[in-house]
Amino acid sequence: MTLTMTGVRLTYPDGDRRLTALDDVDMTVGPGELVAVTGPSGSGKSSLLAVAGTLVTAEAGTVTVDGVDVSSLGQKGRDRLRRERVGFVFQQANLLASLTALDQLLLVAHVTGANRETARTRACELLDYVGLSAKSGKRPHELSGGERQRIAVARALMGSPAVLLVDEPTSALDAERGHAVVALLRDITRERRTATVLVTHDLRHLDLADRALAMRDGRLEQFAATTAR
Amino acid sequence: MVFIAWRDLRFAKGRFALLGGVIALMTLMVVLLTGLTAGLGAASVSAVTALPADHLAFQRPAEGQDIAFATSALPATAVAELAGRPGVESAHGLGVSTGRLDIGGGTAAVTLIGTDPSLYPEREDGTSPGPGEAAVTADLAEAHDLAPGARLSLGGRNITVTEIVAETSFNHLPVVYLPLPTWQETTRTDGVTAVALTGDPGSTPQTLTVTREDAYAAVGGYSSEQGSLTLMRGLLLGVSVLIVGAFFTVWTMQRSQDLAVVRAIGGSRGYLLRDALGQALAVLVIGSATGGAAAAGLGALASRAVPFVLDAQTVGVPVAAMVAVGLLGAAACVRRTTTVDPLTALGAAR
Repeated sequence: MTLTMTGVRLTYPDGDRRLTALDDVDMTVGPGELVAVTGPSGSGKSSLLAVAGTLVTAEAGTVTVDGVDVSSLGQKGRDRLRRERVGFVFQQANLLASLTALDQLLLVAHVTGANRETARTRACELLDYVGLSAKSGKRPHELSGGERQRIAVARALMGSPAVLLVDEPTSALDAERGHAVVALLRDITRERRTATVLVTHDLRHLDLADRALAMRDGRLEQFAATTAR
Repeated sequence: MVFIAWRDLRFAKGRFALLGGVIALMTLMVVLLTGLTAGLGAASVSAVTALPADHLAFQRPAEGQDIAFATSALPATAVAELAGRPGVESAHGLGVSTGRLDIGGGTAAVTLIGTDPSLYPEREDGTSPGPGEAAVTADLAEAHDLAPGARLSLGGRNITVTEIVAETSFNHLPVVYLPLPTWQETTRTDGVTAVALTGDPGSTPQTLTVTREDAYAAVGGYSSEQGSLTLMRGLLLGVSVLIVGAFFTVWTMQRSQDLAVVRAIGGSRGYLLRDALGQALAVLVIGSATGGAAAAGLGALASRAVPFVLDAQTVGVPVAAMVAVGLLGAAACVRRTTTVDPLTALGAAR
């Protein structure tokens, strides 16, 4: 499996007590598989992504990304793992205001130290793939919400990640555009064989996923229609 | 090298132009003050600087007092006494006083320096003066249309100018050089103010020997004048550090979300720090160079009216200092780029 989480536990300080964000979480995602995770606000969905993406270290349990046990890695090792094997798509796209669409992708290549010409070719291919090659010179404020989110998806793919972690990509989009973005993620998962975890509030997107899981009070379970209520 | 920084500079042109403008203005002031400090310093001590001596011996001042040309008085025998001490290659009596020069219908305040003609500045015209004769500096000669053979009056005594020497000044006054006996007659003394020495005789119970550079402090007002101007330059540099630091503190806070995203996609702390420092360096170099160039232009104009030294040192050193201290201020502030938590890129993670 490309992403494996076993017995993962994570808590956050909350005043004089600790809030449990993840409670004995087990999850596996294989290559080419899109797993949707839904659940109410504060249930631990984003914490799940944070641990899977090595932004936070779990207090207990093991996390393996593309065969690498992240608990054995220091800060630099986790940075390198994110550069080389993990792609993030954030809520609100989180594009850098001063960078053009093309630069958003080239930034990833610059961070990884990739060859400039190779990176440029790949970035243009990815922009074409998400249908935005004509907007390569536009900055975020010149793009629509859907276009920004597609740029964010292309940016996440720039490093050829094995694991794609997607956090509420449709929260700022209308239903039609939101559905188009999730469909794009499904296609990417199939074609590029990524292990994709999609955190979403929108239950309409679950039918595009291979599996649907639900978070409730830090615990992960199979999604059932009643879970979401 | 500085992928984000360069694009930020182009994107937020107004903000960075504002900071660059402030840096340019601060640099302009620092360079102008530096040129003025050097100019005033030269106007104060260039006659001492021009002396071909490496030490000067003064009358040992009373406890708690400093050496001063204005108060030092040594007997003529001190010259021979110091000349005979081990380590001394040459010793020449030096008389220094202020005088009034009468030329035709005009007058001028001058510094009278009486010493052996071998200690005069470089000759530009004429021959060394003998008894009852004088050498005048080029600027004094030009101002009063003096040439070798001209006659003037010093304190009621008629003197013939025989030599024009390179421009020097002492305590902001042009210098008239006299043979020591002529100076002694003019000032009605048989002693000297100090002794110019090559070699180091050490001090005696009656004398205190200092290096030529340390003797600058014996020129009235030199230390306080230089100290005040240096303090002003230091304060300007300090203010510059605060301005640059404040800008980059706010700038770093404003883009903390961007920095978190870069960290989340695998950008290292070093990557962010290099990028931020590169940005600060670019703004500082452009701003300081602009200010330095403007100051050089203004300084060239100012030097026609006020004592102002315009050279590579008075422009280059303050520009480099501005970049260096600005970078220190920026470094102290952009350091916080390394503490950005990549988790904040996932806005709903907590």
